Amino acid sequence: METRRVKFTFVEELIKEPVIWKLGRDFEIVTNIRRADVTDARGWVILELDGEREEIDRGLEWVESQGVRIDPITEDIVEG
Amino acid sequence: MPDLKPVQESFARNLRCRECGHEYPLAPSNVCEWCFGPLEVFYDYEGIKRHISRQHIESGPPTMWRYSDLLPVDAATAVDIGTGYTPLIRAPNLGRALGLSRLYIKNDCQNPTWSFKDRVVSVASSVARAFEFDTLACASTGNLANSVAAHAARAGMRACVFIPSDLEQGKVIGSAVYSPTLVAVDGSYDDVNRLCSELGDKYPWAFVNINVRPYYAEGSKTLGYEVCEQLGWRAPDHCIVPMASGSLFTKIYKGIKELAWLGLIDWHGTRMSGAQAVGCSPITEAYERNSMNIRPQKPDTIAKSLAIGNPADGYYALKTMKDSNGGATAVTDEEVVEGIRLLAETEGIFAETAGGVVISGLRKMTQEGHVGEDEVVVAFITGAGLKTQEAVAPVLQPPLHVAPTIESFEEKLQAREGSLPLAKAV
Repeated sequence: METRRVKFTFVEELIKEPVIWKLGRDFEIVTNIRRADVTDARGWVILELDGEREEIDRGLEWVESQGVRIDPITEDIVEG
Repeated sequence: MPDLKPVQESFARNLRCRECGHEYPLAPSNVCEWCFGPLEVFYDYEGIKRHISRQHIESGPPTMWRYSDLLPVDAATAVDIGTGYTPLIRAPNLGRALGLSRLYIKNDCQNPTWSFKDRVVSVASSVARAFEFDTLACASTGNLANSVAAHAARAGMRACVFIPSDLEQGKVIGSAVYSPTLVAVDGSYDDVNRLCSELGDKYPWAFVNINVRPYYAEGSKTLGYEVCEQLGWRAPDHCIVPMASGSLFTKIYKGIKELAWLGLIDWHGTRMSGAQAVGCSPITEAYERNSMNIRPQKPDTIAKSLAIGNPADGYYALKTMKDSNGGATAVTDEEVVEGIRLLAETEGIFAETAGGVVISGLRKMTQEGHVGEDEVVVAFITGAGLKTQEAVAPVLQPPLHVAPTIESFEEKLQAREGSLPLAKAV
Protein backbone atom coordinates (compact mmCIF):
# COMPACT_ATOMS: atom_id res chain seq x y z
CA MET A 1 0.00 0.00 0.00
CA GLU A 2 1.12 3.51 -0.70
CA THR A 3 -0.06 6.98 0.20
CA ARG A 4 0.36 9.77 -2.32
CA ARG A 5 -0.41 13.47 -1.97
CA VAL A 6 -1.40 15.31 -5.11
CA LYS A 7 -3.01 18.49 -6.35
CA PHE A 8 -5.65 18.36 -9.08
CA THR A 9 -6.28 21.54 -11.06
CA PHE A 10 -9.55 21.63 -12.99
CA VAL A 11 -10.36 23.84 -15.96
CA GLU A 12 -13.84 25.34 -16.25
CA GLU A 13 -15.32 22.53 -18.39
CA LEU A 14 -14.38 19.92 -15.79
CA ILE A 15 -15.62 21.69 -12.66
CA LYS A 16 -18.96 19.92 -12.74
CA GLU A 17 -17.51 16.49 -13.50
CA PRO A 18 -17.39 14.09 -10.50
CA VAL A 19 -13.80 13.12 -11.32
CA ILE A 20 -12.79 12.33 -7.73
CA TRP A 21 -15.88 10.22 -7.11
CA LYS A 22 -15.18 8.23 -10.30
CA LEU A 23 -11.54 7.80 -9.26
CA GLY A 24 -12.66 6.19 -6.01
CA ARG A 25 -15.38 4.11 -7.66
CA ASP A 26 -13.51 2.79 -10.72
CA PHE A 27 -10.14 2.21 -9.07
CA GLU A 28 -9.11 0.59 -5.80
CA ILE A 29 -8.13 3.95 -4.36
CA VAL A 30 -9.29 5.70 -1.20
CA THR A 31 -9.50 9.44 -1.82
CA ASN A 32 -9.27 11.93 1.04
CA ILE A 33 -9.71 15.62 0.26
CA ARG A 34 -7.64 17.86 2.54
CA ARG A 35 -8.00 21.31 1.04
CA ALA A 36 -9.79 22.78 -1.97
CA ASP A 37 -10.75 25.99 -3.69
CA VAL A 38 -13.37 25.63 -6.37
CA THR A 39 -15.22 28.43 -8.12
CA ASP A 40 -17.48 28.25 -11.15
CA ALA A 41 -14.53 29.08 -13.40
CA ARG A 42 -11.62 27.25 -11.89
CA GLY A 43 -10.70 24.90 -9.11
CA TRP A 44 -8.02 22.95 -7.35
CA VAL A 45 -8.22 20.15 -4.85
CA ILE A 46 -5.42 18.82 -2.67
CA LEU A 47 -5.96 15.21 -1.70
CA GLU A 48 -4.36 12.10 -0.33
CA LEU A 49 -4.67 8.83 -2.21
CA ASP A 50 -4.31 5.41 -0.58
CA GLY A 51 -3.91 2.24 -2.62
CA GLU A 52 -1.47 -0.09 -4.35
CA ARG A 53 1.19 1.81 -6.27
CA GLU A 54 0.13 0.40 -9.68
CA GLU A 55 -3.50 1.18 -8.98
CA ILE A 56 -2.69 4.78 -8.02
CA ASP A 57 -0.60 5.13 -11.19
CA ARG A 58 -3.46 3.76 -13.28
CA GLY A 59 -5.99 6.00 -11.56
CA LEU A 60 -3.88 9.13 -12.00
CA GLU A 61 -3.31 8.28 -15.64
CA TRP A 62 -7.08 8.18 -16.08
CA VAL A 63 -7.53 11.49 -14.22
CA GLU A 64 -4.93 13.12 -16.46
CA SER A 65 -6.67 11.72 -19.55
CA GLN A 66 -9.80 13.59 -18.43
CA GLY A 67 -7.89 16.88 -18.78
CA VAL A 68 -7.12 17.46 -15.11
CA ARG A 69 -3.63 18.75 -14.33
CA ILE A 70 -1.87 16.75 -11.61
CA ASP A 71 0.99 18.16 -9.58
CA PRO A 72 2.85 17.06 -6.47
CA ILE A 73 1.64 19.18 -3.55
CA THR A 74 4.99 20.94 -3.40
CA GLU A 75 3.96 22.49 -6.77
CA ASP A 76 6.94 23.52 -8.92
CA ILE A 77 10.21 22.97 -7.14
CA VAL A 78 12.56 23.85 -9.97
CA GLU A 79 13.86 27.32 -9.11
CA GLY A 80 15.83 29.95 -10.96
CA MET B 1 20.19 12.91 17.43
CA PRO B 2 21.04 16.07 15.50
CA ASP B 3 22.34 19.01 17.51
CA LEU B 4 19.55 21.50 16.96
CA LYS B 5 21.14 24.15 19.13
CA PRO B 6 22.01 26.48 16.24
CA VAL B 7 18.33 26.51 15.26
CA GLN B 8 16.97 26.47 18.81
CA GLU B 9 19.28 29.29 19.89
CA SER B 10 17.80 31.57 17.25
CA PHE B 11 14.54 33.39 17.93
CA ALA B 12 12.68 30.89 15.72
CA ARG B 13 10.06 29.11 17.84
CA ASN B 14 8.16 26.76 15.59
CA LEU B 15 6.81 26.07 12.13
CA ARG B 16 3.28 27.20 11.45
CA CYS B 17 0.88 26.30 8.64
CA ARG B 18 0.05 29.36 6.56
CA GLU B 19 -3.43 27.97 5.90
CA CYS B 20 -4.75 26.40 9.10
CA GLY B 21 -2.28 27.76 11.68
CA HIS B 22 -1.33 24.29 12.97
CA GLU B 23 2.03 24.41 14.77
CA TYR B 24 4.98 22.03 14.44
CA PRO B 25 8.38 21.81 16.12
CA LEU B 26 11.38 23.14 14.20
CA ALA B 27 12.27 20.24 11.89
CA PRO B 28 13.06 19.61 8.22
CA SER B 29 9.48 19.71 7.05
CA ASN B 30 7.54 21.93 4.66
CA VAL B 31 3.95 20.71 4.51
CA CYS B 32 1.17 20.70 7.10
CA GLU B 33 0.10 17.17 7.96
CA TRP B 34 -3.48 18.35 8.44
CA CYS B 35 -4.29 20.41 5.38
CA PHE B 36 -1.10 20.09 3.30
CA GLY B 37 -0.65 23.85 3.41
CA PRO B 38 2.86 25.34 3.36
CA LEU B 39 4.75 25.79 6.63
CA GLU B 40 6.45 29.01 7.66
CA VAL B 41 8.95 29.81 10.42
CA PHE B 42 7.40 31.66 13.35
CA TYR B 43 9.55 33.71 15.76
CA ASP B 44 9.46 34.95 19.30
CA TYR B 45 8.87 38.54 18.21
CA GLU B 46 8.61 39.82 21.78
CA GLY B 47 12.04 38.38 22.50
CA ILE B 48 13.45 39.92 19.33
CA LYS B 49 11.92 43.28 20.23
CA ARG B 50 13.70 43.32 23.57
CA HIS B 51 17.00 42.39 21.97
CA ILE B 52 17.20 44.22 18.66
CA SER B 53 17.95 47.85 17.79
CA ARG B 54 19.20 49.82 14.82
CA GLN B 55 22.60 50.19 16.53
CA HIS B 56 22.79 46.47 17.21
CA ILE B 57 22.20 45.72 13.53
CA GLU B 58 24.58 48.44 12.36
CA SER B 59 27.38 46.99 14.48
CA GLY B 60 26.96 43.57 12.82
CA PRO B 61 28.99 42.16 9.93
CA PRO B 62 28.61 43.71 6.43
CA THR B 63 26.63 40.68 5.26
CA MET B 64 23.05 39.43 5.49
CA TRP B 65 23.98 37.89 8.86
CA ARG B 66 23.78 41.34 10.48
CA TYR B 67 20.04 40.47 10.62
CA SER B 68 20.60 37.06 12.20
CA ASP B 69 18.14 37.84 15.02
CA LEU B 70 15.44 37.66 12.35
CA LEU B 71 16.69 34.44 10.78
CA PRO B 72 16.05 30.85 11.93
CA VAL B 73 19.63 29.92 12.71
CA ASP B 74 22.37 31.27 14.95
CA ALA B 75 24.86 33.43 13.03
CA ALA B 76 27.84 31.79 14.75
CA THR B 77 27.14 28.53 12.93
CA ALA B 78 26.01 30.01 9.61
CA VAL B 79 27.44 28.82 6.32
CA ASP B 80 28.52 32.29 5.25
CA ILE B 81 30.45 32.98 2.05
CA GLY B 82 29.96 36.73 2.35
CA THR B 83 26.42 37.10 1.11
CA GLY B 84 24.33 40.23 1.30
CA TYR B 85 24.60 43.87 2.21
CA THR B 86 24.83 44.50 -1.53
CA PRO B 87 24.72 48.06 -2.88
CA LEU B 88 21.54 50.09 -3.07
CA ILE B 89 22.32 52.79 -5.59
CA ARG B 90 20.42 55.86 -6.69
CA ALA B 91 19.65 55.54 -10.42
CA PRO B 92 19.23 59.09 -11.77
CA ASN B 93 19.94 58.26 -15.41
CA LEU B 94 17.52 55.38 -15.58
CA GLY B 95 15.06 57.42 -13.52
CA ARG B 96 15.20 60.21 -16.12
CA ALA B 97 14.67 57.70 -18.93
CA LEU B 98 11.62 56.27 -17.17
CA GLY B 99 10.23 59.48 -15.68
CA LEU B 100 10.95 58.61 -12.04
CA SER B 101 12.61 61.12 -9.74
CA ARG B 102 13.53 58.83 -6.84
CA LEU B 103 14.54 55.50 -8.34
CA TYR B 104 16.98 53.10 -6.66
CA ILE B 105 18.51 49.84 -7.83
CA LYS B 106 19.16 47.07 -5.32
CA ASN B 107 22.06 45.39 -7.02
CA ASP B 108 22.02 41.79 -5.80
CA CYS B 109 24.29 40.73 -8.67
CA GLN B 110 27.10 41.39 -6.21
CA ASN B 111 26.60 38.28 -4.12
CA PRO B 112 29.27 35.53 -4.05
CA THR B 113 27.63 33.48 -6.83
CA TRP B 114 26.18 36.60 -8.46
CA SER B 115 22.52 36.22 -7.57
CA PHE B 116 20.13 36.72 -4.65
CA LYS B 117 19.92 32.93 -4.26
CA ASP B 118 22.95 33.09 -1.97
CA ARG B 119 20.67 34.63 0.66
CA VAL B 120 18.24 31.72 0.74
CA VAL B 121 20.90 29.06 0.36
CA SER B 122 23.05 30.53 3.13
CA VAL B 123 20.12 30.00 5.51
CA ALA B 124 19.10 26.63 4.04
CA SER B 125 22.61 25.18 4.15
CA SER B 126 23.13 26.42 7.73
CA VAL B 127 19.89 24.78 8.86
CA ALA B 128 20.61 21.61 6.85
CA ARG B 129 23.95 21.28 8.59
CA ALA B 130 22.30 21.73 11.99
CA PHE B 131 19.81 18.99 11.10
CA GLU B 132 22.83 16.81 10.18
CA PHE B 133 22.09 16.27 6.54
CA ASP B 134 25.18 15.32 4.56
CA THR B 135 23.79 16.23 1.13
CA LEU B 136 22.45 19.55 -0.09
CA ALA B 137 20.27 19.23 -3.19
CA CYS B 138 18.15 21.35 -5.50
CA ALA B 139 16.37 21.52 -8.83
CA SER B 140 17.34 24.67 -10.60
CA THR B 141 17.52 26.61 -13.83
CA GLY B 142 20.91 27.94 -12.82
CA ASN B 143 21.21 30.54 -10.10
CA LEU B 144 20.09 28.25 -7.31
CA ALA B 145 22.34 25.48 -8.65
CA ASN B 146 25.37 27.79 -8.53
CA SER B 147 24.61 28.82 -4.98
CA VAL B 148 23.86 25.33 -3.63
CA ALA B 149 27.08 23.98 -5.14
CA ALA B 150 29.12 26.83 -3.62
CA HIS B 151 27.58 26.63 -0.14
CA ALA B 152 27.86 22.84 -0.02
CA ALA B 153 31.57 23.22 -0.84
CA ARG B 154 32.00 25.69 2.00
CA ALA B 155 29.98 23.56 4.44
CA GLY B 156 31.81 20.35 3.56
CA MET B 157 28.56 18.78 2.37
CA ARG B 158 27.90 16.77 -0.76
CA ALA B 159 25.93 18.70 -3.40
CA CYS B 160 23.50 17.08 -5.80
CA VAL B 161 22.21 19.58 -8.30
CA PHE B 162 19.60 18.96 -11.01
CA ILE B 163 19.39 21.25 -14.02
CA PRO B 164 17.53 21.14 -17.34
CA SER B 165 19.82 19.92 -20.13
CA ASP B 166 19.34 23.09 -22.25
CA LEU B 167 20.75 25.49 -19.66
CA GLU B 168 22.99 28.47 -20.52
CA GLN B 169 26.71 27.60 -20.50
CA GLY B 170 27.54 30.28 -17.91
CA LYS B 171 25.21 28.71 -15.40
CA VAL B 172 26.47 25.17 -16.04
CA ILE B 173 30.09 26.19 -15.47
CA GLY B 174 29.06 28.35 -12.53
CA SER B 175 27.90 25.16 -10.80
CA ALA B 176 30.42 22.64 -12.13
CA VAL B 177 33.41 24.57 -10.79
CA TYR B 178 32.45 23.67 -7.21
CA SER B 179 32.43 19.94 -8.15
CA PRO B 180 28.89 18.99 -7.18
CA THR B 181 27.13 15.94 -8.61
CA LEU B 182 25.68 17.92 -11.50
CA VAL B 183 22.78 16.21 -13.24
CA ALA B 184 21.47 17.53 -16.58
CA VAL B 185 17.98 16.12 -17.04
CA ASP B 186 16.63 15.33 -20.51
CA GLY B 187 12.96 16.04 -20.76
CA SER B 188 10.39 18.76 -20.38
CA TYR B 189 10.29 21.21 -17.53
CA ASP B 190 7.51 19.15 -15.94
CA ASP B 191 9.66 16.02 -16.17
CA VAL B 192 12.48 17.70 -14.23
CA ASN B 193 10.02 18.88 -11.63
CA ARG B 194 8.44 15.48 -11.19
CA LEU B 195 11.77 13.67 -10.99
CA CYS B 196 13.04 15.99 -8.27
CA SER B 197 9.82 15.77 -6.25
CA GLU B 198 10.16 11.97 -6.29
CA LEU B 199 13.85 12.13 -5.37
CA GLY B 200 12.96 14.40 -2.47
CA ASP B 201 10.67 11.65 -1.15
CA LYS B 202 13.21 8.89 -1.71
CA TYR B 203 16.56 10.20 -0.48
CA PRO B 204 17.44 11.65 2.92
CA TRP B 205 18.81 14.86 1.46
CA ALA B 206 18.22 18.47 2.33
CA PHE B 207 16.44 19.59 -0.83
CA VAL B 208 16.69 23.33 -0.26
CA ASN B 209 13.37 24.15 -1.90
CA ILE B 210 11.46 21.13 -0.57
CA ASN B 211 12.04 19.88 2.97
CA VAL B 212 13.98 22.91 4.23
CA ARG B 213 11.94 25.40 2.20
CA PRO B 214 10.41 27.20 5.22
CA TYR B 215 13.93 28.14 6.40
CA TYR B 216 15.31 28.71 2.91
CA ALA B 217 12.58 31.22 2.08
CA GLU B 218 13.39 33.29 5.16
CA GLY B 219 16.72 34.31 3.61
CA SER B 220 14.87 36.51 1.10
CA LYS B 221 13.61 38.75 3.89
CA THR B 222 17.11 40.19 4.22
CA LEU B 223 16.62 42.03 0.92
CA GLY B 224 13.75 43.93 2.53
CA TYR B 225 15.77 44.67 5.69
CA GLU B 226 18.79 45.91 3.77
CA VAL B 227 16.85 48.23 1.52
CA CYS B 228 15.19 49.87 4.54
CA GLU B 229 18.48 50.25 6.40
CA GLN B 230 20.25 51.60 3.31
CA LEU B 231 17.47 54.16 2.76
CA GLY B 232 18.28 55.48 6.24
CA TRP B 233 15.82 53.25 8.13
CA ARG B 234 12.93 54.07 5.87
CA ALA B 235 10.73 51.73 3.83
CA PRO B 236 10.48 52.27 0.06
CA ASP B 237 7.17 53.55 -1.31
CA HIS B 238 7.15 50.95 -4.05
CA CYS B 239 9.13 47.75 -4.69
CA ILE B 240 9.43 46.24 -8.17
CA VAL B 241 10.37 42.58 -7.88
CA PRO B 242 10.81 39.74 -10.39
CA MET B 243 8.40 36.86 -9.76
CA ALA B 244 9.05 33.17 -10.32
CA SER B 245 7.59 31.08 -7.46
CA GLY B 246 6.43 34.32 -5.82
CA SER B 247 8.44 33.56 -2.67
CA LEU B 248 10.95 36.43 -2.99
CA PHE B 249 8.09 38.85 -3.61
CA THR B 250 6.21 37.87 -0.45
CA LYS B 251 9.34 37.67 1.71
CA ILE B 252 10.60 41.16 0.86
CA TYR B 253 7.22 42.43 2.03
CA LYS B 254 7.39 40.28 5.15
CA GLY B 255 10.85 41.71 5.88
CA ILE B 256 9.64 45.31 5.62
CA LYS B 257 6.58 44.56 7.77
CA GLU B 258 8.72 42.86 10.44
CA LEU B 259 10.95 45.93 10.75
CA ALA B 260 7.84 48.05 11.23
CA TRP B 261 6.39 45.65 13.85
CA LEU B 262 9.67 45.81 15.71
CA GLY B 263 9.61 49.60 15.65
CA LEU B 264 12.82 49.88 13.60
CA ILE B 265 11.06 51.80 10.82
CA ASP B 266 7.76 53.65 10.42
CA TRP B 267 5.15 51.81 8.44
CA HIS B 268 3.83 53.78 5.54
CA GLY B 269 2.28 51.17 3.32
CA THR B 270 4.97 50.01 0.90
CA ARG B 271 3.43 48.90 -2.38
CA MET B 272 4.61 45.63 -3.90
CA SER B 273 4.52 45.12 -7.67
CA GLY B 274 5.83 42.11 -9.54
CA ALA B 275 7.11 41.50 -13.05
CA GLN B 276 7.15 38.35 -15.14
CA ALA B 277 7.94 37.41 -18.73
CA VAL B 278 4.92 36.91 -21.00
CA GLY B 279 6.16 33.38 -21.80
CA CYS B 280 5.72 32.40 -18.16
CA SER B 281 3.38 34.72 -16.33
CA PRO B 282 0.87 32.69 -14.31
CA ILE B 283 0.83 35.19 -11.42
CA THR B 284 0.38 38.24 -13.64
CA GLU B 285 -2.28 36.42 -15.63
CA ALA B 286 -4.29 35.70 -12.46
CA TYR B 287 -3.81 39.32 -11.30
CA GLU B 288 -5.12 40.62 -14.61
CA ARG B 289 -8.15 38.31 -14.34
CA ASN B 290 -8.67 39.68 -10.84
CA SER B 291 -8.54 36.11 -9.56
CA MET B 292 -6.67 34.39 -6.73
CA ASN B 293 -6.54 31.15 -8.71
CA ILE B 294 -3.34 30.47 -10.61
CA ARG B 295 -3.66 28.76 -13.98
CA PRO B 296 -0.45 26.75 -14.46
CA GLN B 297 1.47 27.49 -17.66
CA LYS B 298 4.14 25.74 -19.71
CA PRO B 299 7.12 28.13 -19.60
CA ASP B 300 8.52 29.45 -22.87
CA THR B 301 10.77 32.45 -22.30
CA ILE B 302 14.41 33.49 -22.34
CA ALA B 303 13.96 34.54 -18.69
CA LYS B 304 14.69 30.99 -17.53
CA SER B 305 15.36 31.97 -13.93
CA LEU B 306 11.70 33.06 -13.73
CA ALA B 307 10.28 30.11 -15.67
CA ILE B 308 8.06 28.54 -13.02
CA GLY B 309 4.76 27.53 -14.54
CA ASN B 310 3.00 26.44 -11.35
CA PRO B 311 4.33 28.79 -8.68
CA ALA B 312 4.23 27.45 -5.13
CA ASP B 313 3.75 30.93 -3.63
CA GLY B 314 1.66 32.39 -6.44
CA TYR B 315 -1.44 32.69 -4.29
CA TYR B 316 0.49 34.47 -1.52
CA ALA B 317 2.08 36.83 -4.05
CA LEU B 318 -1.40 37.78 -5.27
CA LYS B 319 -2.49 38.32 -1.70
CA THR B 320 0.54 40.56 -1.06
CA MET B 321 -0.32 42.64 -4.14
CA LYS B 322 -3.87 43.04 -2.92
CA ASP B 323 -2.84 43.92 0.66
CA SER B 324 -0.25 46.44 -0.48
CA ASN B 325 -2.16 48.09 -3.35
CA GLY B 326 0.51 46.80 -5.72
CA GLY B 327 0.20 45.11 -9.08
CA ALA B 328 1.76 42.88 -11.69
CA THR B 329 2.87 43.12 -15.28
CA ALA B 330 4.42 40.93 -17.95
CA VAL B 331 6.88 41.81 -20.70
CA THR B 332 7.87 40.11 -23.95
CA ASP B 333 11.27 38.51 -24.52
CA GLU B 334 12.22 41.46 -26.76
CA GLU B 335 11.38 43.81 -23.92
CA VAL B 336 13.48 41.67 -21.56
CA VAL B 337 16.52 42.29 -23.77
CA GLU B 338 15.66 46.01 -24.05
CA GLY B 339 15.46 46.18 -20.27
CA ILE B 340 18.88 44.58 -19.83
CA ARG B 341 20.39 47.06 -22.29
CA LEU B 342 18.63 50.06 -20.80
CA LEU B 343 19.94 49.30 -17.31
CA ALA B 344 23.46 48.67 -18.65
CA GLU B 345 23.51 51.81 -20.80
CA THR B 346 22.11 54.14 -18.15
CA GLU B 347 23.53 52.86 -14.87
CA GLY B 348 26.42 50.55 -15.79
CA ILE B 349 24.83 47.43 -14.33
CA PHE B 350 24.73 44.25 -16.38
CA ALA B 351 21.78 42.17 -15.19
CA GLU B 352 20.57 38.77 -16.24
CA THR B 353 17.22 38.27 -17.93
CA ALA B 354 15.25 38.58 -14.68
CA GLY B 355 16.70 42.10 -14.36
CA GLY B 356 15.52 42.89 -17.88
CA VAL B 357 12.05 41.75 -16.83
CA VAL B 358 12.13 44.13 -13.86
CA ILE B 359 13.35 47.17 -15.79
CA SER B 360 10.95 46.72 -18.71
CA GLY B 361 8.17 45.87 -16.27
CA LEU B 362 8.91 49.07 -14.34
CA ARG B 363 8.87 51.08 -17.58
CA LYS B 364 5.51 49.60 -18.51
CA MET B 365 3.95 50.18 -15.08
CA THR B 366 5.27 53.77 -15.05
CA GLN B 367 3.82 54.46 -18.50
CA GLU B 368 0.50 53.07 -17.35
CA GLY B 369 0.52 55.38 -14.32
CA HIS B 370 0.78 52.52 -11.83
CA VAL B 371 4.11 53.78 -10.47
CA GLY B 372 4.10 57.38 -9.27
CA GLU B 373 6.77 59.81 -10.49
CA ASP B 374 7.69 60.93 -6.97
CA GLU B 375 7.54 57.55 -5.25
CA VAL B 376 10.72 56.15 -3.69
CA VAL B 377 10.95 53.17 -6.01
CA VAL B 378 13.34 50.26 -5.54
CA ALA B 379 13.91 47.91 -8.48
CA PHE B 380 15.38 44.58 -7.38
CA ILE B 381 18.06 43.26 -9.72
CA THR B 382 18.59 39.70 -8.60
CA GLY B 383 21.21 38.16 -10.89
CA ALA B 384 24.24 39.13 -12.97
CA GLY B 385 24.26 39.34 -16.76
CA LEU B 386 27.39 37.31 -17.41
CA LYS B 387 25.30 34.23 -16.60
CA THR B 388 22.89 34.77 -19.49
CA GLN B 389 25.07 36.29 -22.20
CA GLU B 390 23.19 34.29 -24.82
CA ALA B 391 20.15 36.51 -24.29
CA VAL B 392 21.83 39.74 -25.37
CA ALA B 393 24.76 38.60 -27.54
CA PRO B 394 22.79 38.57 -30.83
CA VAL B 395 21.63 42.19 -30.52
CA LEU B 396 24.87 43.81 -29.38
CA GLN B 397 27.14 45.67 -31.74
CA PRO B 398 30.25 43.59 -32.52
CA PRO B 399 33.62 45.26 -31.87
CA LEU B 400 35.27 47.33 -34.61
CA HIS B 401 37.92 45.13 -36.20
CA VAL B 402 40.87 47.27 -37.19
CA ALA B 403 44.47 46.93 -38.27
CA PRO B 404 46.95 48.37 -35.73
CA THR B 405 47.12 51.77 -37.48
CA ILE B 406 45.43 55.11 -36.89
CA GLU B 407 44.23 55.15 -40.50
CA SER B 408 42.45 51.83 -40.12
CA PHE B 409 40.89 52.88 -36.81
CA GLU B 410 39.61 56.16 -38.25
CA GLU B 411 38.33 54.54 -41.42
CA LYS B 412 36.29 51.95 -39.52
CA LEU B 413 35.03 54.44 -36.93
CA GLN B 414 33.99 56.90 -39.64
CA ALA B 415 32.17 54.10 -41.45
CA ARG B 416 30.24 53.10 -38.34
CA GLU B 417 29.56 56.43 -36.67
CA GLY B 418 29.54 58.79 -39.66
CA SER B 419 32.07 61.18 -38.13
CA LEU B 420 35.29 61.26 -36.13
CA PRO B 421 35.80 62.75 -32.65
CA LEU B 422 37.61 66.08 -32.44
CA ALA B 423 41.36 65.59 -32.34
CA LYS B 424 43.60 67.49 -29.89
CA ALA B 425 44.65 70.96 -31.07
CA VAL B 426 48.26 70.83 -32.33
